Amino acid sequence: MNKWENNKAWFMVIPVFLVVAVSAIIPLMTVVNYSLQDIFGPGQRVFVGLEWYQDALTDPRLHAALNRQLLFSTLVLLIEIPLGILIALMMPKKGWGASLSLVLVALPLLIPWNVIGTIWIIFMRPDIGLLGAAVNGMGIPFDHTASPFAAWVTVMLMEVWHWTPLVVLLAYAGLQAIPDAYFQAARIDGASAWGIFRYIQLPKLRGVLTIAVLLRFMDSFLIYAEPFVLTGGGPGNSTTFLSIYLVKLAVGQFDLGPAAAFSIIYFLIVLLFSWLFYQALLKVGTGDKS
Amino acid sequence: MKFQKRTLGLIIYFILLMLPIYWMLNMSLRTNADILSFFSFYPQNPTLANYIKIFTDPSWYSGYLNSFYYVSMNVVISLVTALPAAYAFSRYSFLGDKHLFFWLLTNRMAPPAVFLLPFFQLYSTFGLIDTHFAVALSHCLFNVPLAVWVLEGFMSGVPREIDEMAYIDGYSFPRFFLTIFTPLIRTGIGVTAFFCFMFSWVELLLARTLTTTAAKPIAAIMTRTVSASGLDWGLLAAAGILTIVPGALVIWFVRNHLAKGFALGRV
Repeated sequence: MNKWENNKAWFMVIPVFLVVAVSAIIPLMTVVNYSLQDIFGPGQRVFVGLEWYQDALTDPRLHAALNRQLLFSTLVLLIEIPLGILIALMMPKKGWGASLSLVLVALPLLIPWNVIGTIWIIFMRPDIGLLGAAVNGMGIPFDHTASPFAAWVTVMLMEVWHWTPLVVLLAYAGLQAIPDAYFQAARIDGASAWGIFRYIQLPKLRGVLTIAVLLRFMDSFLIYAEPFVLTGGGPGNSTTFLSIYLVKLAVGQFDLGPAAAFSIIYFLIVLLFSWLFYQALLKVGTGDKS
Repeated sequence: MKFQKRTLGLIIYFILLMLPIYWMLNMSLRTNADILSFFSFYPQNPTLANYIKIFTDPSWYSGYLNSFYYVSMNVVISLVTALPAAYAFSRYSFLGDKHLFFWLLTNRMAPPAVFLLPFFQLYSTFGLIDTHFAVALSHCLFNVPLAVWVLEGFMSGVPREIDEMAYIDGYSFPRFFLTIFTPLIRTGIGVTAFFCFMFSWVELLLARTLTTTAAKPIAAIMTRTVSASGLDWGLLAAAGILTIVPGALVIWFVRNHLAKGFALGRV
């Protein structure tokens, strides 16, 4: 990749930089500021240094929430990325079937997140919800408000239902962007369907899949509204993910300092993992390049 | 044979995908008492009362208009700023380019809960609270980085020989960008516009924090269906169905850009 060396390209980036920096840098500095102080009320604050960070790092409930969050995001990536590619491969490439598929697949993405949680509450109810009644009707007792396992299954189902379409749309657009000449060449060479996928489609999808993996990782790691509305973090603490715990700390106990320190640590964890994913996906690409 | 198996798989996926939405549609056509009293696959006494309430009560339908205003503003701002930036990232190397590119994405990584307070303070300093512009600008925080990343991916897929040939043919940069390059990546622009629309449309926390009445989004108004007598499921379901409609229209309009794909050899 030898791009044209040109520092004047900065002028093309400045608008983006300004629009984002306005909303990004000042709030971040404010939160860092909170995280170093004990705040009693307006104008009453004491500098406490890194005390809140120490507290957060040694908090066993935070560790438990972090483990849950890591498990959740791992499952999300393992299920949604392959499933999303598979669906995108199955979708028709042109005609009314393509239009219909695109509109249908996008529908779950368009519902506000708090509403998704609410709809799934009733969808899973054993008495008046379609899926809840169906599963219980088959003789399997299933109640996401009582059993931690059922709660996890429900949250995962909701998550996969809601967000796989994002991977599908990205992968589908990526597939559409592959010129037909590639497939014609492969057909002449007598390549199998798997061969075409492995050596033409998958390498060409690397760019969009990098975005898909990063987006799904970040958004699933920060997930709040849907599981909070659906389970409230319960039963017990079984679905208390990091952000649900953070809100409990920030709102429930009116502790701005510790919550801010927690936010910064949280942010750094997401940053670290995203960076690792990004580096790994860049490396995969250079190995595959023909 | 292979074609049939593929279609069958797709149909099964779409049925599963539509089930929760069908259930929402089913609930939206029933009264609250009806929903809570018995299980039914379809509305036995269908009623449009929930929809009529939304369309006749200004506090309800203004929510849709507010959301629509700030989401449109956000999509325009995001695309206009992201297109040149994505081109710069995909074509040029310049001081700090890789760091800046990844920094953009870090703006999607902060947990929102604690950041809401400084956001409110920042926007009230500029007197922007309860304006559509405030919400549109704050949503740029997560939409502009996404737009730059998605567009950069599509632009990098276009061979650089196309740029070089256009410059040799005497095209100026703006003319090349608008008449040759933009049509080549229209798939990417369609996807990006849809994603910006979608993420801005469903975002609740920032939109709710930065508005009080005049620019209140529909997602925040929907939380009001919780009242002393419990949740009005029918009304909420009807409002949910109506929140899908604008986005479905958007994807209907960009579907050709998504489906036609990459037309190599236009130049």
